[in-house]
Amino acid sequence: MSSNKIVVIDYGMGNLHSVASALEHVAPTAEVVISADPEVVRSADRVIFPGVGAIRDCVAAIRDTGVDAVVAEFIASGKPLLAICVGMQALLEHSEENQGVSCLGLLEGKVRFFGAKLHDATGLHLKVPHMGWNQVQQQSAHPLWQGIEQGSRFYFVHSFYVERESVSSHAIAASCDYSKEFVAALSKDNVFAVQFHPEKSHTAGLQLLRNFSEWDLNHNSVETI
Amino acid sequence: MALAKRIIPCLDVDNGRVVKGVQFVDIRDAGDPVEVARRYNEQGADEITFLDITATHEGRATTVHTVERMASEVFIPLTVGGGIRTVDDIRTMLNAGADKVGINSAAVTNPDFVRAASDRFGAQCIVVAIDAKKVSAPGELNRWEIFTHGGRNPTGIDAIAWAEKMALFGAGEILLTSMDRDGTKNGFDLDITRAISDCVDIPVIASGGVGNLQHLADGVIEGKADAVLAASIFHFGEYSVMEAKEYMAAQGIEMRL
Repeated sequence: MSSNKIVVIDYGMGNLHSVASALEHVAPTAEVVISADPEVVRSADRVIFPGVGAIRDCVAAIRDTGVDAVVAEFIASGKPLLAICVGMQALLEHSEENQGVSCLGLLEGKVRFFGAKLHDATGLHLKVPHMGWNQVQQQSAHPLWQGIEQGSRFYFVHSFYVERESVSSHAIAASCDYSKEFVAALSKDNVFAVQFHPEKSHTAGLQLLRNFSEWDLNHNSVETI
Repeated sequence: MALAKRIIPCLDVDNGRVVKGVQFVDIRDAGDPVEVARRYNEQGADEITFLDITATHEGRATTVHTVERMASEVFIPLTVGGGIRTVDDIRTMLNAGADKVGINSAAVTNPDFVRAASDRFGAQCIVVAIDAKKVSAPGELNRWEIFTHGGRNPTGIDAIAWAEKMALFGAGEILLTSMDRDGTKNGFDLDITRAISDCVDIPVIASGGVGNLQHLADGVIEGKADAVLAASIFHFGEYSVMEAKEYMAAQGIEMRL
């Protein structure tokens, strides 16, 4: 295999070592770099766009560091990009967190609050943040799901979710249920975005990262189940 | 289909070594926290909690290094507690690879620290640890207060009101330890666990007193905990984490198996 440089985009919002370590673990021959330098990102074969914390601060940091343009350019290049958690939310149009934040608008979708005093159908009190291991229902036969069983559990931690109705159904790569069905993964061309943390999701998460590190868009056959 | 309840093994670490003894028969170095965490990860632990009891300043550097090693080998969430007093302490641990930090005494001394930490790093990584002791006399209505310094120092603060306040200040999760039960192997204090879990909207981890697998199940079913934390029942190889999960699942609890 030719060079495989994976850049984890750093815009100063916390721990990127976990995702970098997980990539090094599953793709030992890849070159994993943490950077926000436009030149470094341009030279990447793949990019991870992470994010934690509050969306207002994340989007502000993305704009302040010029990462918005860097990410838009990388997506336009057609090379694979994986967005994680708040990174996914930041790519969308709007989030209702922090009294409403306009996001990057690079993908269609809106982010909403789970709400307080949630209950499931049996009356069980559902806590927010949605924190822990929940089942992910794959909605398309994407290369990133290869080797991952339908309904596998991934680790989530979030209070805001991507609303199903705000996204075209063919862009929904996976859904998850927590008081309502929400979007657990989105896919559009060379972009894949997940609400859960693959770098913290043990076997299934590592498999997804391995698939990403090998994702070859020239041999991509995405079908709808 | 639902969110799974979590089992969280807890390691007490002093100067980079696990204390309180971990005795797996087939582990190379039972004192190395990374080895122990890796073993629990293989057994299906849902998260790892690393409680740093290192007292010295020099020892803290060792802790950071241990967290770095653990985070680069164990790909499940990692919480680091013990001695977290400043925003810099939090940043250091998150940069080392921790996903969450546990704040205990510093929250009592300065509740606004929790608010500042949550604003800066997000609620998802702020676990407020509460050490509670029952202070009501037998026959009285149940009442618990929070204690600091390993249960030695009373604060006069009502535990339930404190949990609500911490949730309001931006805690993402509560780690609730019953000081009456800790180390007894008599099971969690289910009354306070349920009382706090009912009144806050954030997840509650039950801790203190686990002696057998039924205690873990009781913590979820009767205590309404979202996660259960235990140390000694796993450390001495009495039960593996997976045995515990299978036992709980057999009682109808949603688990990641």
